[in-house]
Amino acid sequence: MKKWNDYLWIFSAVYLISGFFNILFAWVGLICFVTPLLLSIMGKGKIYCNSYCGRGQLFQLLGGRLGLSSNRSIPAFIRSRWFRYGFLAFFMTMFMIMLFSTFLVFNGTNSLKEVVTILWTIKLPWNWTNTAMVPPWVAQFAFGFYSVMLTSTILGLLTMFFFKPRSWCVYCPMGTMTQGISVLRYRGKN
Amino acid sequence: MRKAVVKQTECVACGVCAKTCPRRAISIFHGIYATVSEELCIGCRKCEKACPASVIEVVQKEPAKREAV
Repeated sequence: MKKWNDYLWIFSAVYLISGFFNILFAWVGLICFVTPLLLSIMGKGKIYCNSYCGRGQLFQLLGGRLGLSSNRSIPAFIRSRWFRYGFLAFFMTMFMIMLFSTFLVFNGTNSLKEVVTILWTIKLPWNWTNTAMVPPWVAQFAFGFYSVMLTSTILGLLTMFFFKPRSWCVYCPMGTMTQGISVLRYRGKN
Repeated sequence: MRKAVVKQTECVACGVCAKTCPRRAISIFHGIYATVSEELCIGCRKCEKACPASVIEVVQKEPAKREAV
């Protein structure tokens, strides 16, 4: 029997769509960053990935049920430790750069750029949403964070298409982090 | 008899195998890797097919010998 958490893919889909209507909804995505980290720090392992990841469910639905995945094996190098931690390092670096550009808007050095950047290079003008009700740095973070979320979704969709539905899980930076935390916790206790 | 075997050093502990297993033979050990209960596994290959990292293989295993009385 299906449980409530089997429908979290709806949350992921609504989240991605809502960013097109108002970029400020991007802030909600922080839940997907904070929750898995907190749960693994609390000793729950990768329970977020295992049971509550809406994005994983979405890929499973699109790739599995709707047959959009070619179901091929992922190249071995993607599951290697150096690639997973390398991708995490790259992802975190880009995240820090995004936080820094938010800070530059916060302290008045730069003005708000209404742009969503996908795959860290392609800049999409995103100036149809009204962000006047919040300080510019709040809007800047939303643009940056939505760029991160959209980019990772596009990568996930690409690997879903070429490999197995949840191939994103193999190199997902959050998954790498929570597994790393779980290993450290286990080693610390034993 | 056929049993699923996980390459634990390369497992990403995503839990897809555990979800797909009809016998609930797979669990995720402390968020680190998947473990298969040999008693419950029926070697159906569902986990092998579903594993996004392709680190599960179903292999032929000899049944454990019982000690002579």
